[in-house]
Amino acid sequence: MNKGTIRSMLVRDKRADRVVPPSGYTAQLTLFVSGAMAFLAVFALALSLASGRLADRWASELAGAATLRINAPAEQLSAQTEAALTVLAQTPGVASARALAAEEQVALLSPWFGPDLPLDTLPIPQLIEIIEGEPGLDTAGLRLRLGAEVPGAVLDDHSRWREPLVEAANSLRRLGWVSILLIGGATAAMITLAANASLAANAQIIEVLRLVGARDRFIASAFVRRFTYRAFFGALVGVLFGMTGVLLLPEASVEGGFLTGLGFQGVGWLLPALIPLLGAAVAFLATWTAAARKLKELS
Amino acid sequence: MIELENVSYTYGDGELLSDVSLHLQPGSFHFLTGPSGAGKTTLLKLCYGALLATSGRLSAFEQDIARLDRDQMALLRRRIGVVHQDCRFLDHMTLAENVALPLMVSGKGENAQKEDLLELLNWVGLGTRLDALPPELSGGERQRAALARAVILSPDVVLADEPTGNVDWEMSQRLLRLLVELNKMGKTVLIATHDLSLIRAAKSQVQARVLRISQRQIQLAGADL
Repeated sequence: MNKGTIRSMLVRDKRADRVVPPSGYTAQLTLFVSGAMAFLAVFALALSLASGRLADRWASELAGAATLRINAPAEQLSAQTEAALTVLAQTPGVASARALAAEEQVALLSPWFGPDLPLDTLPIPQLIEIIEGEPGLDTAGLRLRLGAEVPGAVLDDHSRWREPLVEAANSLRRLGWVSILLIGGATAAMITLAANASLAANAQIIEVLRLVGARDRFIASAFVRRFTYRAFFGALVGVLFGMTGVLLLPEASVEGGFLTGLGFQGVGWLLPALIPLLGAAVAFLATWTAAARKLKELS
Repeated sequence: MIELENVSYTYGDGELLSDVSLHLQPGSFHFLTGPSGAGKTTLLKLCYGALLATSGRLSAFEQDIARLDRDQMALLRRRIGVVHQDCRFLDHMTLAENVALPLMVSGKGENAQKEDLLELLNWVGLGTRLDALPPELSGGERQRAALARAVILSPDVVLADEPTGNVDWEMSQRLLRLLVELNKMGKTVLIATHDLSLIRAAKSQVQARVLRISQRQIQLAGADL
């Protein structure tokens, strides 16, 4: 099918469109299915985009940093911290390294132990925050050196936290895209059924058209145009409702976590505009395939 | 133009036509007669490709009909105007739209002048019924509209299946005159009918061959009228 054929099938021809009577349940079915599917597609797209953002954020926020924990008796803690900072200062790929102040460590622990924690009475390890720089941290090499020079040091490059979180977010993103594909497939199946029903209901009209010299392309076009436009307008309405639903979701916030960020951001708001076009494309292909098969069957 | 060589057609267990040969010359006028169920409609359907012969060779405009694909068949049908026994209209479209249907499907609808359509409908006496829907038309009006639709693309051949089957004597004479007029314009005409009075009435108007289908064979019914 070339570009000219597709254009001729989509350009409205009011007289040719009258050939197929504009009635029957298939019209409502197509509108409803494409509307409902577009509505669901908006949410699947929102889920997928939000998951993607989350995965990227977790990956970037945790990837550029590492934490060094010094577990040592109280009398050696200060010396080992100094030794560790010296090692870090000499290590390539470390942009900066600093020991957290006692207040900062209290702040980190307070969600679990409360704000009045008597830190000086507890054997709490010293934390050192490491910010990575170019050319990147060689964690294996650093561990070996720290093992030799700072026996109480434990390096945590966050990978054991980061990887499952990023993987979970990526899985959600994939789930969103799979949902969109399933929605597209279900739409195609429903429109194929509706187109088949319409073609079968109009078998006599098809026979008359053939008797007066209509080619298959003319007959198929009458059906393809109708279903494509119905799917487009149905999907447009579905997208408008879906976007309204997304707009009504709470704003993204730290307290709300992931769910409150389930929406579109920036140019992401433009992506749902593609859904009616994709719906129309799916309807076009589904109806064209159904018409080609049915016309062959009726010949 | 249309040529049948030893054509047979079998439906189910019964053979409807057996070894039929016929040659429709350009500009000729034929009547095809025979009792109901003899195979007149079947023969017409074979001529415009609605049915395919079980054996033998059937060619139209030097093309073997059995070898045509669906698109080629559509193009062939634009060269053969058919007046069906039951007219076969699209009931949701007006008379004018139904008559203009062959123009529309052949992509000539855009250029078709309304005046030409009106002239054609005036020719068949339906110039005042443009917006009528097919169910609102009388039997005679339907037959005339079917004739107008059959000739709107100026086909080389006009096949008419019992065109006077549902009309009174006066109307049948009117339709006959229209078909004779078409023949005088150079069109090949084949009329399937069991109405012998129509054939007798044509005697004074046109040089026609009368063919009769009997016992699955086609025979010349008598001397030229």
